[in-house]
Amino acid sequence: MAQTVFAPWDDPQAKPLIQFKNVTKRFGDFTAIENLTQDIYEREFFSLLGPSGCGKTTLMRMLAGFENVTEGQILIAGQDMAHVPPNKRAVNMMFQSYALFPHLSVWENIAFGLKREGKPKDEIAARVEEMLRLTRLVKFAKRKPHQISGGQRQRVALARSLAKAPKLLLLDEPLGALDKKLRQDTQFELMDIQEKTGTTFVIVTHDQEEAMTVSSRVAVMDEGRIIQVATPAQIYEAPNSVYVADFIGDVNIINGVATKAEDGYLITWAEGQAPFMAKTPNLFADGQTCHLAIRPEKVAISAERPADAVNAVEGQIIDIAYLGNISTYHVKLVNGQMIKAQAANTRRLSRRTFTWEDRVWLSWTDTAAVMLER
Amino acid sequence: MRRFSWFNATSLTVGFAFLYLPMLILIIYSFNESRLVTVWAGFSTQWYGSLLQNQSFLDAAWVTIQVAIASSTIATVLGTMAAYVLVRGGRFMGRTVFSGMVYAPLVMPEVITGLSLLLLFIGIGLDRGIFTVVLAHTTFSMCFVSVVVSSRLVSFDKSLEEAALDLGCSPFDAFRLVTLPIIAPAVISGWLLAFTLSLDDLVIASFTAGPSATTLPIRIFSAVRMGVSPEINALSTIMIAIVTVGVVTASIVSKRSSLAQQRDEQAAARAT
Ligand SMILES: Nc1ncnc2c1ncn2[C@@H]1O[C@H](COP(=O)(O)OP(=O)(O)O)[C@@H](O)[C@H]1O
Ligand SMILES: [Mg+2]
Repeated sequence: MAQTVFAPWDDPQAKPLIQFKNVTKRFGDFTAIENLTQDIYEREFFSLLGPSGCGKTTLMRMLAGFENVTEGQILIAGQDMAHVPPNKRAVNMMFQSYALFPHLSVWENIAFGLKREGKPKDEIAARVEEMLRLTRLVKFAKRKPHQISGGQRQRVALARSLAKAPKLLLLDEPLGALDKKLRQDTQFELMDIQEKTGTTFVIVTHDQEEAMTVSSRVAVMDEGRIIQVATPAQIYEAPNSVYVADFIGDVNIINGVATKAEDGYLITWAEGQAPFMAKTPNLFADGQTCHLAIRPEKVAISAERPADAVNAVEGQIIDIAYLGNISTYHVKLVNGQMIKAQAANTRRLSRRTFTWEDRVWLSWTDTAAVMLER
Repeated sequence: MRRFSWFNATSLTVGFAFLYLPMLILIIYSFNESRLVTVWAGFSTQWYGSLLQNQSFLDAAWVTIQVAIASSTIATVLGTMAAYVLVRGGRFMGRTVFSGMVYAPLVMPEVITGLSLLLLFIGIGLDRGIFTVVLAHTTFSMCFVSVVVSSRLVSFDKSLEEAALDLGCSPFDAFRLVTLPIIAPAVISGWLLAFTLSLDDLVIASFTAGPSATTLPIRIFSAVRMGVSPEINALSTIMIAIVTVGVVTASIVSKRSSLAQQRDEQAAARAT
């Protein structure tokens, strides 16, 4: 991470590179994007995250110029894009399907956009070589797309879209087809490329881990709307809704009723049980229903009730998921509610403290849980 | 393995005999020594030699080749354009009607096509000659090209064109540099199909040719009315050979390389 925090979205002086202004996109009477307003800044690595069919690709295609906006405006560098065709935009897109030209070699695929600019031959050659080196494809320059592996094709697609050094690069699920190791390598490569070239990336992904790794900000979408935009850490630590909390990572949701206490809220969640304590900057009315979102790794598990715990509740272990470095304990509370608690496996498996059917205590601090209205 | 069945063998033999026996007889008699068509008098290639001396046949052959090349080329351009618009154009006013109409000549009786073209040419005062035959042949072979090309375009990955646009191509450049090279096998086989169709058309040519532009089929037909000569057999054999080569090449080109291209394209498009 850089020493100075990169956060142009907090700077009122900063000029956004991309502005969506009340953008609506309809296909017939189906609304794919609904009244969406969002700024994206230069040098950002902006991730779009959401379930299939929520409009991520449509958003990208509008930026690239393949779809018209039904209502509203899209501005890139302050210019209204409404009547700018795809070939006149300083935007390149890496297609979900790669869309490599099958009749051209890897070299020619990468050179394609540069040739259209009418650059001199030696300049094109130099740039293509640079791209080939960057994506580690030098050995495959003469091959046709069908003669290389899926991972290599993905690199060709990336190199091709990067070759023109666009202001804005759109990546539609660029790494979806790769295995985990190659995907991680490529993620770091992408971040590296961005460091070097200063390109702004908008990336669609349905892999939340990928979004967390590479993004400056993450936008979580649902049914044509952006539900929350924030840095990966904020999205994870302070989701604004159950939907976002549930979408990013694992979470326990406890429903209850809020009552104001001296420096936080008491949440009544089950009859005959002590209420939970939670702190939040948001305001809740007395008697308002709320949802407590608690990440499993923030729930401690112990045999006895921890003496100083603010929130502690007893339950029974129903299931244990052993994941190597950590284990997830599925614990059933008295009212039937299941809570997941994660603990690091610092000991060997045979010496594990808890096992199935054990009665245990779960505890967490008053800042561990996030209080959500919806 | 299927077991040998007399029924299958018989129907295959009868079917093929039905199709190819007449042609086989024609080919055999083209090598007949005798001037009498129906009497076999030994093997000879003399009629092929005398064919080369026959100026009127040579003239007709030259006209036919000119017409076939010109009309199949124009038909290929127009047919490809029509196919492109029909497959890519998205929804536009009258698309269904238009796509139906492009294929109408496929089922239209040739006599009607020929007659209506004749009426048109007379109506607009166009003198009949090579030019009118070219126009007429273009009209009816264009739809065949369109069928062949559009069946290829349907399976063409549209994102390839979008990628070309994205990289700075104008729509025309995207077609020229990406779409056309990829669908080339279909276009070539469309051209070959149009070429052979034009080569052996008699009906439409008779309506639209006029006295100055006698095509080979017309020449043969009028010669036959005077009685079949071994020269005609020889000429017909040559035409059968040309058409066979054309059709077989067309189908091989379209089958093999469009399959290969499609496979490449899918392999390239689909991340594995
Ligand atoms: N050309 C189109 N015509 C009609 N509906 C479309 C079209 N493109 C996308 N849609 C619809 O818009 C919605 C959003 O699609 P898309 O942006 O591709 O979603 P995703 O987030 O999975 O990329 C989907 O319900 C899809 O069916
Ligand atoms: Mg998509």
